[in-house]
Amino acid sequence: MSLLAIENLSLSIDETPILKAVDLSIEPGEVLGLVGESGSGKSMTALAVMRLLPDAAKARGSIRFDGTDLLKADEAAMCRLRGDDIGMVFQEPMTALNPVKTIGEQVAEGIRWHAGASRAEAEQRAARMLDRVGLPSQKFPLSRYPHQLSGGQRQRVVIAIACALKPKLLIADEPTTALDVVLQAQILELLRELVAESRMGLLLISHDLAVVTEMSDRIAVMRGGEILETGETAKTLSAQVHPYTRQLALASMHVPAGRRISSSLEGKVPPKAAEGIAEGWRGAGKTTPESGFESWRTAARTASGPSGHLPFEGGEDVTPLLSVENLRKDYPGARISLFSKQKPFCAVDDVSFTLAPGRSTALVGRSGCGKSTLARLVLALERPSGGTIRLEGEEITGKSEAELLPARRAVQIVFQDPYGSFDPRHRVERLVAEPLGLLRPAPDRAARRELVAEALHQVGMKPDDMQKYPHEFSGGQRQRLSIARAIITRPKLVVADEAVSALDVSIRAQILDLFSELNRTLGVAYLFITHDLTVARAITDEVLVMHEGRIVERGQTAAVLDHPRSEAARALVAAAPDLRRAIATKMREQG
Amino acid sequence: MTYLPSAFIPRDGLSAFLARALASRSFIAGFIVTALIALMALVSFFWTPDDVTKLVVGDRMLAPSAAHWFGTDHFGRDVLSMIMVGSRNSIAVALVAVGIGMGLGVPLGCLAAARGGWLDDFVMRFNDVVFAFPALLSAVMITAVFGPGAVNAIIAIGIFNIPVFARVARAGALAIWPREFILAARAAGKGKTRITLEHVLPNIATLLLVQGTIQFALGILAEAGLSYVGLGAQPPMPSWGRMLFDAQTRMMVAPTQALFPGLAIMITVLGLNLLGDGVSDALDPKLRRRR
Repeated sequence: MSLLAIENLSLSIDETPILKAVDLSIEPGEVLGLVGESGSGKSMTALAVMRLLPDAAKARGSIRFDGTDLLKADEAAMCRLRGDDIGMVFQEPMTALNPVKTIGEQVAEGIRWHAGASRAEAEQRAARMLDRVGLPSQKFPLSRYPHQLSGGQRQRVVIAIACALKPKLLIADEPTTALDVVLQAQILELLRELVAESRMGLLLISHDLAVVTEMSDRIAVMRGGEILETGETAKTLSAQVHPYTRQLALASMHVPAGRRISSSLEGKVPPKAAEGIAEGWRGAGKTTPESGFESWRTAARTASGPSGHLPFEGGEDVTPLLSVENLRKDYPGARISLFSKQKPFCAVDDVSFTLAPGRSTALVGRSGCGKSTLARLVLALERPSGGTIRLEGEEITGKSEAELLPARRAVQIVFQDPYGSFDPRHRVERLVAEPLGLLRPAPDRAARRELVAEALHQVGMKPDDMQKYPHEFSGGQRQRLSIARAIITRPKLVVADEAVSALDVSIRAQILDLFSELNRTLGVAYLFITHDLTVARAITDEVLVMHEGRIVERGQTAAVLDHPRSEAARALVAAAPDLRRAIATKMREQG
Repeated sequence: MTYLPSAFIPRDGLSAFLARALASRSFIAGFIVTALIALMALVSFFWTPDDVTKLVVGDRMLAPSAAHWFGTDHFGRDVLSMIMVGSRNSIAVALVAVGIGMGLGVPLGCLAAARGGWLDDFVMRFNDVVFAFPALLSAVMITAVFGPGAVNAIIAIGIFNIPVFARVARAGALAIWPREFILAARAAGKGKTRITLEHVLPNIATLLLVQGTIQFALGILAEAGLSYVGLGAQPPMPSWGRMLFDAQTRMMVAPTQALFPGLAIMITVLGLNLLGDGVSDALDPKLRRRR
């Protein structure tokens, strides 16, 4: 008999069907991977098993766990099961722990409640469990609070809570999505060991096909509330019988069309991308004065360069688009007493690099390595503690906001979170037009509207979308809007801070295509900040590897990712999930 | 450019806001009560059942009757008329006091949030000092120094609204500043003032609106309190607070005299609180579902 057997589970909230006839089963000691894009019903399935659904949800069908039907069980019975026989690990380790309780208390809580253990006994067991998940009590005493731990360590605590009573079934809902690749690999390894140790069943929910492939024995592909395909991981993914499975797999490995594989020959040749903008610049001279819009556009184009000449012509003496020298950023330490502070924290430490016009560069590194700080420095949103940043030869450090105008025009940003990067109270027209205030002279209303329409068109949105509010769009569409806002001033450089990591794989593939297309047509250079090496590989020419505030390695993307030389780069490459490699490994294991 | 209209429109537009507002019982009840009070104040400019300055000693302390619905006071004035005229005073004092509080407090709070550092500390510690005095007691002090009267009452109550709005504005603004869309606006070269006007204020407007209705109700109470101790509007201008004070001494003889001004204050404050509740529910549907 299966440990968990979900049969014909249907779920609706306010008459909207969420799940349609879901069938799933998990054997003891088995890892079932549940993949699908956001909104496909993965998390709802998990919550249905835990009976933690929102009040308005109505479930039909049966969920048999160890012989009992969970949908018919009363709340008291469910309380006994939750945290005892069924454990759950959530996505966000920052919010899954209670900030005012020590980690020891939080792990012991469940043990005391379910096993009726005394306080001392529960604490002992909690200590053993924390030791097991890699937080030995010599180094991490039970009296630590969650805020004293890093993201990866907190996720270990969450796992310790879920596994403290040796549950028969563990549900892990995107357990590593919020972590960087190195931590992800460690947490996955821990889950794998725990499963092997106590023959626990694991329902692993993820949008990342590579992660699921690496981990699971069987895989279920979900879309629109339906299970499209289930089967042995290796077979399912190698045969790819269902078109959607194929689509997911392809999207996971997507490389935008027209991206050449970087080769060492390329260094001197300006990329094809330059053609587009060079033409645009030449075209700009021909504008007729009577068309107001055209002249704004010309202003937008010509004004973006402080130096007059076209940077792409003449191969040898190309001024680097951006050159950073000995850049340093310290943050003052926290005050520990009235008269003393902690040592300042050095987020960016003696960083130097240059970016060529029209090229894409990836800045990769683990979370907290200083990537985002570096991006803010480049965007002149923060003042460096030392060193210089030059944009097309002009120094931008230490300038006043008015003097920064040309630089702001030339460098724009796309953020990670497509939800947080728009003011929810403005319409798209105003949001996308925001950087237009940087143009001199400032365009009038009609010209603004034209420019917004053009930018929307370039990112594949309709001009009608101008009158909508951001919440009316999906995540992928918002990211397009975000890109539209970034390119509206015709910048030379767009900094993309994890711009695709919050998106589903198929949307991610589309956005990557868009980035690469804009690189071709507008000649815009990118600085891609990412911890995802697949993205770096798909879209960038060069890569900078950052570790603890320093750039430890740089080179052609393919070269660095295939043959990393530095310790940090090797760790990143080894930990990065790779779908092709994962399928190959599974094929060997499962025959 | 106008900023305010969009400020009070929730994310999904005005019609959805109205639909939610009309579905909220507290909004409807609050709106009706507040509208009635406001209507009463307006009508009192043109018509009252009786002249509030007409003293008819022979008719003093009458119980409610067909001629005097709410009875008469110890000078024989019609209580209903007095309550109608008194509502003007209450509403004007509360409205201006909230205006002073918002007008000075919100910019202070936004400034503190935008600049941070010592300026933030300075502004907020100053607020703490103002906050540390019991509001009504200090209002008594101010009116004692500058003389009693409606204008001084307004100023006194207004001053003590400043730290309230400054705190609410600062707390709201601090939650908005680290958001990515602010960073995007900075990358677009916008200064702190423009960002505050364009992005921060619209996003904290609902907070301020709700706080505004609460302070408005408190303002009416404070005015009644000041008038009660004789430091509010001066005779012959009727005021709810002084009507209560006058009635108190004759509680045993004519209990209905205390009843009507008391009811007027209570109903107005209740109506405003209901309205504030309803508006906040309708503006932020997420908040409501969580409860």
